[in-house]
Amino acid sequence: MVDLFEILIGKEGDKDYQKKPVIVQGITGKFGAFHTQQMLAYGTNIVAGVTPGKGGQKLEGVPIYETMNEAASATGAKISIIFVPAKFFLSAAVDALEAGVKLLIAIPEHVPIKDALTVVELAKKKDAIVIGPNTPGIIIPGIMKIGIMPASPFKPGRIAVISRSGTLMYETSHNLSVANFGQSICLGIGGDPINGTPLIQAFDIIRNGANIDGIIVVGEIGGDAEEMLAQHIIDTKFDKPVVAYIAGRAAPKEKRMGHAGAIVYGNYGSAESKVSMYAKANVPVAKRPAEVSMLLAGKLGKGRIK
Amino acid sequence: MRLLEYQAKSLFAEYGIPIPKGITSTDIEQGRKDASVLGFPFVIKAQMAVGGRGKAGAIQKCQNADEFELKYPDIMQKVVKGEKTRAILLEKMADIKKELYLSLFLNRGKRCFTIIASAEGGVEIESVKNQIIHEVGLGNVDAKTAEDVGKQMGLKDKPLTQFIDILQKLAKITIEKEAELAEINPLAILGDESVVALDGKVIIDDNAMFRHDELRKFQEISELEERAEKSGFSLVELDGNIAVVGNGAGLVMSTLDMLSDNGGKPACFLDVGGGATTETVYEALTLISKMKKVKGILVNLYGGIVKTTTVATAFIKAYEDKVLDLPVFARMSGAEADKSKEMLKGSRTKMFDTIEEAINAAVIEMNKNG
Repeated sequence: MVDLFEILIGKEGDKDYQKKPVIVQGITGKFGAFHTQQMLAYGTNIVAGVTPGKGGQKLEGVPIYETMNEAASATGAKISIIFVPAKFFLSAAVDALEAGVKLLIAIPEHVPIKDALTVVELAKKKDAIVIGPNTPGIIIPGIMKIGIMPASPFKPGRIAVISRSGTLMYETSHNLSVANFGQSICLGIGGDPINGTPLIQAFDIIRNGANIDGIIVVGEIGGDAEEMLAQHIIDTKFDKPVVAYIAGRAAPKEKRMGHAGAIVYGNYGSAESKVSMYAKANVPVAKRPAEVSMLLAGKLGKGRIK
Repeated sequence: MRLLEYQAKSLFAEYGIPIPKGITSTDIEQGRKDASVLGFPFVIKAQMAVGGRGKAGAIQKCQNADEFELKYPDIMQKVVKGEKTRAILLEKMADIKKELYLSLFLNRGKRCFTIIASAEGGVEIESVKNQIIHEVGLGNVDAKTAEDVGKQMGLKDKPLTQFIDILQKLAKITIEKEAELAEINPLAILGDESVVALDGKVIIDDNAMFRHDELRKFQEISELEERAEKSGFSLVELDGNIAVVGNGAGLVMSTLDMLSDNGGKPACFLDVGGGATTETVYEALTLISKMKKVKGILVNLYGGIVKTTTVATAFIKAYEDKVLDLPVFARMSGAEADKSKEMLKGSRTKMFDTIEEAINAAVIEMNKNG
């Protein structure tokens, strides 16, 4: 599989090291325009936007193209972030993958399952990575962000955060930053039942590619991604500290709690099931977001909290 | 959207999956007419979006008119796991020889659809033994696959032929109606060797509903839920007295957990979406003010990009417009927190630096009022 970090930041010595070009699909929408400006301000190298009917115009100095093909061949960009409404996501994602995009950040919420599965299948064929849908994106603090997260919660460091929830990723990272645990990368896998990059894959990408002292996994009820990850941690004997959080312990069964993926059927997807699997993998689970940094400090065995 | 049994069965009928003869009503007068059309004996089945109806007495056999007069009203007012009866299905009794289990569901871990089948159905899926599990990609099931599954279940002759047909039709429903789950439990082999769907559970992908106007007729949505949906909010109503509001599903779930840990009783889960503006928060407060059981509001907003003063403005406006007459316990992180506190001084909204403090204050206040 393609290497996320190579696409995202490249290798030292690359002339565009840490400045890889990024295309914004749906750049002229209110949301897309706002976050384009925010990403540029953070240092992300946004080189093109795509909005059909607005080709030839510019936004924040970024040239706009009619199609993904034009944008990709004009810039050579292999990264794209999608801001279109959910019902247009499938065609935007297919355009991006057909145009040679290798890393696709899928922001839209409410993407139908069938469309997400179709994109996952195509991405496999094209050897591309999809993050999302329904993700806040990726941030490498201090270097770049491709997503909708605010900049303020994050600071550079050696802890990785993987999250199924946007605001909880901000909240947890903020708490980590305050406790002096900076982050090497924070990645939202998305709150939908189908993830372009499932939890286990995200975990492996980060453990193999980033300089880290530990990993925080922010999860929630629904599905069995946390259970599978816990088994994976056991099977692969991952020996760096992992601390988890799971939202939704108090949620009623068979009710969708905001995220399309946050629903419990019977014991399938329940918080108890996840907590007990994590216990087997020796992964402590915080009771509240603010507890994560304390558990991490305990795991690292040194009082880094000032 | 979870379809009720009779709604799922109407889809089955549309696609040619055999179902028993049945009629659905919502009051006893219509029920009596249905009974005379159908003829005794039959089964009275509560239509509610929850499992375990049989054990709870929400499905009962009915032999004659006297029983009908007792059982129909009894089943009409049943509540199982918080779910009320929404309609009543009267259905002819079947001469069951064997009960099978069959479903197609979205396998989240494997990221594909998966068949689960068993020759030992009629119990809840967790207890179904000897499950035959088969992954089928985007959901298409060809005749060969269907036959393999049927044979693995030990079916042969007429039941096998019928099973193959039913499985393929169930797959067609799953694909065409964009279901996350399509389950027949039990799928019964009758005395005459015919195979019939005695129950049906279908869950449609809510996010695909924009492509399925034909399913809108099945959607039962409260006025509040409808209004929330229009504003782009997610709302789940709960039993307690403290409304929980925030931006982001994860953050609101987390707040709900912490409130419950501290002995508070959530009245609802309301996610106003990732951003928070004066308008969205004002609309959220308006919605909550319409829920009679709510005695206080707990707000947890992660600011980040949004200035907290934007949100404070919404509270002040809601009190001024008399939309809101409840105490609010709010935690807002982000820019200009001090200024927001100053703005809200003297109002019924108390601002806290941490969510833990806001929750403590909310729980104490609610206990004070009994």
